Amino acid sequence: MQAETSMAHQNGATRNLRAMGRSFLTAAWLGWQIESNWTDPFLFAIYSVVKPVSGAAILVVMYGIISGGDFDSPLFAYIFLGNAFYIYVGSVMTGVSWAVLDDREHYKTLKYIFIAPIHAPSYLMGRGVARFLTGTISVIVTIAAGMLFLNLQLDLRAVDWPLFFAALGMGVIMLANLGLLLAGVTLTIANHVWFVGDTVAGALYLFSGAIFPLDVLPVWLRPLGFAMPLTYWLELLRRSLVGDVAQAFPTLAGLSNAQLFAILIGLSLLFGILAFAIYRWCEHAARERGLIDMVTNY
Amino acid sequence: MSDVAAIRTEELTRIYKIRGGKKSDPKELVALKDVDIQVERGELFGLLGPNGAGKTTLIKVLTTLLAPTKGRAYVAGYDVIKDPHEIRSRINMVSGGEASGYGLLTVRENLWMFSQFYGIPSKAANQRIKELLEIVGLGDRLNTKSSDLSSGMRQKMNIVRGFMTDPEILFLDEPTLGLDVGAARDVRNFIRDWMRQEDERTILLTTHYMVEADELCDRVAIINQGKVLACDTPKALKRQLQQVVIFQLQVSPCTVTPGMFDGIQGVRNFNHAHEDGYTTMEFTLEEDDILPAVIHQLAERDIHLLNLDKRQPSLEDVFVHLVGMRMEEVERGETG
Ligand SMILES: Nc1ncnc2c1ncn2[C@@H]1O[C@H](COP(=O)(O)OP(=O)(O)O)[C@@H](O)[C@H]1O
Ligand SMILES: [Mg+2]
Repeated sequence: MQAETSMAHQNGATRNLRAMGRSFLTAAWLGWQIESNWTDPFLFAIYSVVKPVSGAAILVVMYGIISGGDFDSPLFAYIFLGNAFYIYVGSVMTGVSWAVLDDREHYKTLKYIFIAPIHAPSYLMGRGVARFLTGTISVIVTIAAGMLFLNLQLDLRAVDWPLFFAALGMGVIMLANLGLLLAGVTLTIANHVWFVGDTVAGALYLFSGAIFPLDVLPVWLRPLGFAMPLTYWLELLRRSLVGDVAQAFPTLAGLSNAQLFAILIGLSLLFGILAFAIYRWCEHAARERGLIDMVTNY
Repeated sequence: MSDVAAIRTEELTRIYKIRGGKKSDPKELVALKDVDIQVERGELFGLLGPNGAGKTTLIKVLTTLLAPTKGRAYVAGYDVIKDPHEIRSRINMVSGGEASGYGLLTVRENLWMFSQFYGIPSKAANQRIKELLEIVGLGDRLNTKSSDLSSGMRQKMNIVRGFMTDPEILFLDEPTLGLDVGAARDVRNFIRDWMRQEDERTILLTTHYMVEADELCDRVAIINQGKVLACDTPKALKRQLQQVVIFQLQVSPCTVTPGMFDGIQGVRNFNHAHEDGYTTMEFTLEEDDILPAVIHQLAERDIHLLNLDKRQPSLEDVFVHLVGMRMEEVERGETG
């Protein structure tokens, strides 16, 4: 009897793993089909190259005016890299949550997906993969443009690559989890929520040390920044790429790379658990209220 | 598991809360009220009712998209609240009258993608997709982008998506809604053939077409305003009306006043429609003998009889008998 139960458990577990795997992979395939569906390659170029570069250029001009053209200051590298990697926040986090809206309102498939034997969080995260890839192109192009035209001091031979990739990977998982949280919230809101992802991404931009060190924030707002895994993630990326330059700022200078990484993992885990719990709760609420196949009537 | 009913509900109730303005209290709309149905394995079960009767709501509850407010629902023996995962691997669902799907994908890609959610091996899936598309007449559209399909073709693609996973229990929500006559007939034939292939297959189908329920379904539940009013084979439902007779009269064009035939004992129900050049009247009478009184009444008003038919009761008549008005009248929001 006992053996039977444990066998059943095991079967349940493998079945669950299979559902997670196929949900994620199929969603990644779908996301890529949608993301790469550029009938006009020119539009694709604009979207993934011109847009982030021009965004960075605006930032550079603003910086130039404020700093009086001091592009050799470590602050410039700080801002430029923070801004460049922040592209991932918009693409991965918003990419995951956007899938709910896209499937529900545009393709009208969400109900068919939700009655299928899938693992919904895996499906949604899978939908973010393609945006991660296009985001990567944008990040690389932005940084290359900075190095070529804007005197961004980045010595590729001095980069701590293991730290960079470890931090990047951890961060992307963290962003996907935040995206899941947003997807849950989106699921429970019946209409007009196209802006939720962008609003959250925009707000976090100011509190996560992306374009200025947290010390610049009013004292009462700083704890918000310190509670965000994004803050430590961006700091680790900067340190792995430009090392000392980032340490010139007092905010997190007291922490070693290992300490930063430990905090990033801890906070990511915390937010990940929170994100799953909130997503589950939201999905439940959406079923209670009949929102899974809700279509906004304009 | 085949000894348990495919679908069973107990006092299933669903209430929607409708939020009006910010201040006003949410209004409650009872979409399903104490619904008790049982569908056996192998049955093609119909849910017949006008728009707004609660058919889609019931399907949503049974497919785990919507939580019941009260009562219980079991699909393949599993509780929709406690074991939705067990249910999802055994069912599928298709709603008619909508254009769902990824327009940028081809028909094959759309269907293949859904087959992957069900863990069907790719090769087998492609094989099955091809076969089913042939049957519904989309064989030559395999590699057409679904955005280039007509709405009828898109609906057929959606129907293939539902059948493709070979579900134990399939939910079809007005599958022929919006299709032209030929396509609707194709779909009905397809449904019938699919049911014939295996004994254990079960379909719950909703419709507001009387004929569809009559000719397709083994058993039919008649639903109105969230309540199941009757549930039986179409034949048995119609047999209940055997004690009445139905006459259809074509008469010269005339104005019909309400209560025109109230004076005659035994007129159970009266309907009329103005056609081009004549008026159609339909009487449900308790017995044949009442007809002369009706004709006399017409003659007194100088209304000429052009044609007279006695017809067998249809499911439409059963609905009228149960609700007191015709389905279109319910849909227009008229009150009995
Ligand atoms: N999400 C919803 N919120 C509020 N009321 C709803 C919702 N969905 C359906 N209704 C109402 O519930 C009733 C039953 O609807 P439905 O189940 O769609 O009927 P049917 O499918 O038979 O046409 C209708 O009065 C409809 O307006
Ligand atoms: Mg309906």
